[in-house]
Amino acid sequence: MARIRPEYERSWWPRFKRWVLEGSGALDEHMREDVTADASAYAVPQAAGDRTEELREQALQNEQETYDHLRVWSATSGRKWLARLYRLLAIIICLGVIAVLLVTASYLPPYGSPDNPVHNEVSQRYIEQGMEETGAVNIVAGMILDYRAFDTLGESNVLFVAACSVLILMRITSERDEATAQLEMEAEDRGFEPKNDRILQAAASFLVPLILMFGAYVILNGHISPGGGFSGGAVMGAGLILYLNAFGFKKTERFFRFRTFQVVSLCALTFYAVSKTYSFFTGANHLASFITPGTPGRIFSAGLIPYLNIAVGLVVCCTMYAFYTLFRKGDM
Amino acid sequence: MSAWEVIRFLLSAACTLAGLFVIITGVVGVFRFRYALSRMHAAALLDTLGMLLMLAGLMIALGFQVATLKMLVVILFLWLTSPVTSHLLARLEVTVNDELDRSMTVLDEDMVRREKEGD
Repeated sequence: MARIRPEYERSWWPRFKRWVLEGSGALDEHMREDVTADASAYAVPQAAGDRTEELREQALQNEQETYDHLRVWSATSGRKWLARLYRLLAIIICLGVIAVLLVTASYLPPYGSPDNPVHNEVSQRYIEQGMEETGAVNIVAGMILDYRAFDTLGESNVLFVAACSVLILMRITSERDEATAQLEMEAEDRGFEPKNDRILQAAASFLVPLILMFGAYVILNGHISPGGGFSGGAVMGAGLILYLNAFGFKKTERFFRFRTFQVVSLCALTFYAVSKTYSFFTGANHLASFITPGTPGRIFSAGLIPYLNIAVGLVVCCTMYAFYTLFRKGDM
Repeated sequence: MSAWEVIRFLLSAACTLAGLFVIITGVVGVFRFRYALSRMHAAALLDTLGMLLMLAGLMIALGFQVATLKMLVVILFLWLTSPVTSHLLARLEVTVNDELDRSMTVLDEDMVRREKEGD
């Protein structure tokens, strides 16, 4: 019934099957056969032997000449052209960016016009009733820690996460044996204590208490005067870094270790989250809350804002100090 | 304008102009001097003498206020911190630079050696 194909073995399906089953060996064999069959077509004519050698030498010489020429060109005028191109491109890109920015700026609404989109009911409400509702004289503090406190929680968490990533990248674990750790420390000169500089120590012993006090003042008065957790925390962190630079790690380890960083950051962030959750659940739904704005202008007023400021300040201070020590020594 | 006000204005203008001169000198020095220590010397001039003269001019112009006291505190702070910073920078330069005696005359070589070896 079925017609038997005479060249079945050479048709595409059996060849493919063979290739799959036996690997490329069969195909290679075919190709080798083909090449050997037509070997005469690829052979170099015997008579042209001397001429090819000559041609080859000439080509090599040409190549060498071109190479030398290009090399000299690139070292002299090419470099000059490149410098010119670089300058031209720099100017063009600079002018382009300036043009884009100017065109964008020309679309901005005029400064101080009452029809601007920022002058909507939201900012009006903040300015008119912010002090009454939050109890904070500093409207900015009332905004970021009361109306938009969730934003600020996110910002403090961003700082904390940044500190954690630096920790992961830079921290040197001390799980090796003592001798290796000692050698590595000496090779990397990270652990070198600063020199005992009398002048710096004298200046620091006068300045550090002042700086820390000023930071605490900025944090505690965040709801009354300009300032708040972020700026005050940065000031306090700078004071700690100055102390560390003047007196070395041995002195700071007495009061600030890695454990301190963990505990303080965790407590501050948890306090922030929990207290803000409480006030959202009780205050936002017109339920009675024992947290009241109080008398604006007094230090114990403005509801939760001073305490939230303290929490934010602690997180910022710890993060600043942690960044410095991690980048410098790899540990706290 | 009474005579007292004229004197005050002239005093404050003289202070501000002198401060401006010092600051311009310092900036020129920062960009023109060749060695790090000389540049640092010029930069130290800005924070101390320049700021002192500028703020003194402002203080005389303002008269006695709370803001004047704050400026006084700023001057005190700068005069405390800026020399210390310059001192530390100079110390670092002496410690790090191996070819210090090539760029300038070193008078106290023992001190430089001790500085390089550490305390």
